[in-house]
Amino acid sequence: MFQKLLIANRGEIACRVIRTAQRLGICTVAVYSEADQDGLHVELADEAILIGASPVSESYLDIDRVLQACQSTGADAVHPGYGFLSENPRFVHALDQAGIRFVGPHAQAIKTMGDKIASKQLAASAGVSVIPGYDGVVNTAEEAIQRAHEIGYPVMLKASAGGGGKGLRIAEDDRECREGFRRTRSEAATSFGDDRILIEKCIREPRHIEIQVIGDTHGNCVYLGERECSIQRRHQKVIEEAPSPFLDGSMRRAMGEQALALAKAVDYHSAGTVEFIADGEGRFYFLEMNTRLQVEHAVTEMITGLDLVELMLRVAAGEKLPLTQDEVQISGWAIETRLYAEDPYRAFLPATGRLTCYMEPSVGPGVRVDSGVREGDEIGIYYDPMLAKLITHGRTRNDAIDAMCGALDQFCIEGVMTNLPLLAQVMAHPRFVRGQLSTHFLSEEYPDGFAVQPLDRAGQLQVAALAAVLNCYKRKPGPEPASGNPICRVVRIEDESFDTRCTVTGADYRVQVDGVRFVVATDSHRGQVQVAFTIDGNPFDAQVRSDGFRYRISHAGVESVVTVLRSEVDALYQLMPAKELPDRSHYLLAPMSGLLVSLSAKPGQKVRAGDELAVVEAMKMENSLKAERDAIISKVHAMEGQVLEQDEPIIEFEQKTQ
Amino acid sequence: MKEIALELERRRAAAELGGGQERIDAQHQRGKLTARERLTVLLDADSFEEWDIFVEHRCTDFGMADKTVPGDGVVTGYGTINGRDVFVFSQDFTVLGGSLSEAHAGKICKVMDQAMKVGAPVIGLNDSGGARIQEGIDSLAGYAEIFQRNVMASGVIPQISIIMGPCAGGAVYSPAMTDFIFMVRDTSYMYVTGPEVVKTVTHESVTHEELGGAVTHSTRSGVADGSFDNDVETLIGVRRFVDFLPSNNREKVPRRDSGDSVERVEQSLDTLVPNNPNTPYDMKELILKIVDERDFFELQPDHAGNIVIGLARMGGGTIGVVANQPAVLAGCLDIQSSVKAARFVRFCDAFNIPIVTLVDVPGFLPGTKQEYGGIIKHGAKLLYAYAECTVPKVTVIVRKAYGGAYDVMASKHLRGDINFAWPSAEIAVMGPKGAVEIIFREDRDDEERISARTEDYRQKFANPFYAGHRGFIDDVILPRHTRTRICRSLRMLERKQLKNPWRKHGNIPL
Repeated sequence: MFQKLLIANRGEIACRVIRTAQRLGICTVAVYSEADQDGLHVELADEAILIGASPVSESYLDIDRVLQACQSTGADAVHPGYGFLSENPRFVHALDQAGIRFVGPHAQAIKTMGDKIASKQLAASAGVSVIPGYDGVVNTAEEAIQRAHEIGYPVMLKASAGGGGKGLRIAEDDRECREGFRRTRSEAATSFGDDRILIEKCIREPRHIEIQVIGDTHGNCVYLGERECSIQRRHQKVIEEAPSPFLDGSMRRAMGEQALALAKAVDYHSAGTVEFIADGEGRFYFLEMNTRLQVEHAVTEMITGLDLVELMLRVAAGEKLPLTQDEVQISGWAIETRLYAEDPYRAFLPATGRLTCYMEPSVGPGVRVDSGVREGDEIGIYYDPMLAKLITHGRTRNDAIDAMCGALDQFCIEGVMTNLPLLAQVMAHPRFVRGQLSTHFLSEEYPDGFAVQPLDRAGQLQVAALAAVLNCYKRKPGPEPASGNPICRVVRIEDESFDTRCTVTGADYRVQVDGVRFVVATDSHRGQVQVAFTIDGNPFDAQVRSDGFRYRISHAGVESVVTVLRSEVDALYQLMPAKELPDRSHYLLAPMSGLLVSLSAKPGQKVRAGDELAVVEAMKMENSLKAERDAIISKVHAMEGQVLEQDEPIIEFEQKTQ
Repeated sequence: MKEIALELERRRAAAELGGGQERIDAQHQRGKLTARERLTVLLDADSFEEWDIFVEHRCTDFGMADKTVPGDGVVTGYGTINGRDVFVFSQDFTVLGGSLSEAHAGKICKVMDQAMKVGAPVIGLNDSGGARIQEGIDSLAGYAEIFQRNVMASGVIPQISIIMGPCAGGAVYSPAMTDFIFMVRDTSYMYVTGPEVVKTVTHESVTHEELGGAVTHSTRSGVADGSFDNDVETLIGVRRFVDFLPSNNREKVPRRDSGDSVERVEQSLDTLVPNNPNTPYDMKELILKIVDERDFFELQPDHAGNIVIGLARMGGGTIGVVANQPAVLAGCLDIQSSVKAARFVRFCDAFNIPIVTLVDVPGFLPGTKQEYGGIIKHGAKLLYAYAECTVPKVTVIVRKAYGGAYDVMASKHLRGDINFAWPSAEIAVMGPKGAVEIIFREDRDDEERISARTEDYRQKFANPFYAGHRGFIDDVILPRHTRTRICRSLRMLERKQLKNPWRKHGNIPL
């Protein structure tokens, strides 16, 4: 086994690899950029070494610097994690030359699988089912149409060098096919400098299902079941599970065996993932092979009881796989949700800031948290916005979902916006619970962008009961509230009002909400944001924030704004006029915090709707801000190169006079 | 007897209608509650004891003889807020525009006098068109009677003013002499002279809202200590505020024990101060993380944001917090922030409320605007207030404590009882670079030497140990333990005895 392992990564995956390595008695080295000097991975590792400035190109992506770090610390192996240098054959080559072991496949496997056409051809020759018609580059529009006829419409035209939904078009007939080919090709040439175009069948009701494989250098290779990763946004996975609710035994075996065939065809000797796309009728086709550890590997670990990082380290050190295919056992169901620092209500724009509060759910059997941050950390603009992964395991899929709902309610985060509400809402979504997934799930269920499903009556009654109790423990602080007369209050959740009576009895609260009785108990105290209650004996975790007048109670992804007032005061409150928010429609505001990389506006300038006015960069993504209507610029509030806060004004337009 | 009882009922009903249903509806139309409705919100249920509903004005001029309304435009008496007595007067805009007559003033004086005798706060709800002009000088005499009582009560019982409608001319000076002023956004305004007079005299054209609205006074002028969206939120806010206050200058605030342990460790505070000494951070995060139950009642949050003041509890007892805010103007002291904090420190001292001072101050703000504005005298107010006060003083130097501002911010030298420093503390006459450029003037053009000397200076002073050698700080504490260490100090200081020499009164640089 290795003496010293350098982890060429950051965040949760670096922490996760460090933990396994330390359990195996291997010394660990973290690398970090300037922005990460207080990072959790730096603290956890036995040694840490600064490799450069905050931008990834000057640190985590810089092969020479990572190599130097290996040499100066005497590391004899490198685990690349995912992303960054994990699928870079040049990096593997450089390590090979320096005599340092790369914990991953050999360079040739990475190279072959990294090329869409080569991997496709190899897969086909290994007997893997590939999407019809996908057998090489199409050179002319006429050829595209001919192929489309062979494959059958609808077809997808895509740039060989494309990815992440860029350079991709769907054609339903010959006319669209001809037009699509031309446009995709010219786009491919300008965007990727590579105008090779592929054509393939367009899959209806697509589901993303992938097979985890692992091989050793002794010719052994096994598959560890599948994962379904159909819940995606911006072509990035958000929720994954294992097994897939879609697969039966024979389909699972068929996919597993094809994945193995492909792995063997490239002489694969590490952990890898063969991704398939399945259609509504159960046909499945090879997409690509990822020659690294996947973000979502944890769900496979939960159902197999294996530690994939440990297996990767063992096979990389030349050991034999400790199990055969027959010994692979799948038990129960696991779900993973990815917690991102992003705004789910604004097209998932990345969010930044200081994690002023970060409390993870309590872990235990069935609940695992893989995170790379802790309270007080700064979430910057330089890296992937994933903060943590929450993984739950249960006997059945429903058990795993219930555990996930409970755990998500225990996640308390302040200072940085996250997709927590989205995760909780999807978990409670009937279609998700039925297992009727598709990679279009989010866009189909939230066609106008994510919005929270309002509480139903039962949910409102519970929140009202909780609010009635909060109001009592405000009055009678301390762990042992004194018994007393019932306290009657009107609880108002948005426009609904509820009559409540709350009596403190020993350690419990007896609450009536519109005549419905609840017994509520808690050890939480006033001022605590993350509160743990039981309502009629069932755990009810929530976040409670108060501004002195109203409570904001978050549970199951829904934030309820609640007032608790004496009935006569509540009646008077109804007389108060609603205040309108100040009109900011004549401002161009920063949609998220980030760097203003370009600004093309001068006072007095006339702009047309759709003109690009500014570009804000955050988390490696450039966001173009366009004029929403024709207007005249009256004032420019920001400068190029400035770091903007969310909602900071960039440009002010002249207001139309009424 | 029965007849009298019936008459009583009739009179009461008449008084309760104030200026009549039509005017009550008009008041509601404006988004305002009536004088009595406001007291319903402010006081505990069924706790209000009303006085003087039979009082009527005695003016007969200008047809006033037949314009009498029982109570004469102000509702007075006492009640409780979370069980503790408070005296109240609530002006009734539906009765002759809430205008102040001799009789009206007399009612207010009566509650003030009684409040002084029993030692309980007075809360005034102001909604008045001003002096009752028909009464002439009698009305002005009424104002002066109130002013005199405001001054006599100052520092004896807490006085709170809530501006819930117009408050103009001489009327502004009663609230101005109370301890705190809260305003309702969009429906209240205060000014010495209104927009019409302003227009005639200075030709400025300005709206009521711009001249004296809640936003103006809670941001620009600093006259208001807080503002709220509407009547109900304002009154509930004041209920919350009163919970932090003692009833008078001889009693302590009732302790409120909570489940929030004084031993609570806040690990995230260790990363609050950024590595770069010039990067701002939010001081309010520190405040919220060290006080009981995250419950901090900030005063003047939108005015002079470079200093943060407000009330909170630590270990169950009320404390006053004064903190430099590096997120605004680098946390420097200027005219507005000095005045804001000075008055608050004196309030705390008058009412035996211990002061917790959190320091990150790069110095006083330079410039002609400040000097011409009299920063010397205004800055001295804060220095005077801190030096004069005898309540327990616990200070934490979080980062910068430079120059004269270091002395001002409750330093050991101004009788600070316990002075802590975080490891990030830099206690010096000025920032390292500036200091070196003065001491080694001859090296000014030699960048290399300057940076070497700056590093030397930083080594020596940009840490808490030099001040520690001299005993100017009592201990260096880890940020995560700040709450515990302050709470223990405050508990020890509960029996602190300190008296200033006898004098009629000091001469604070007003």
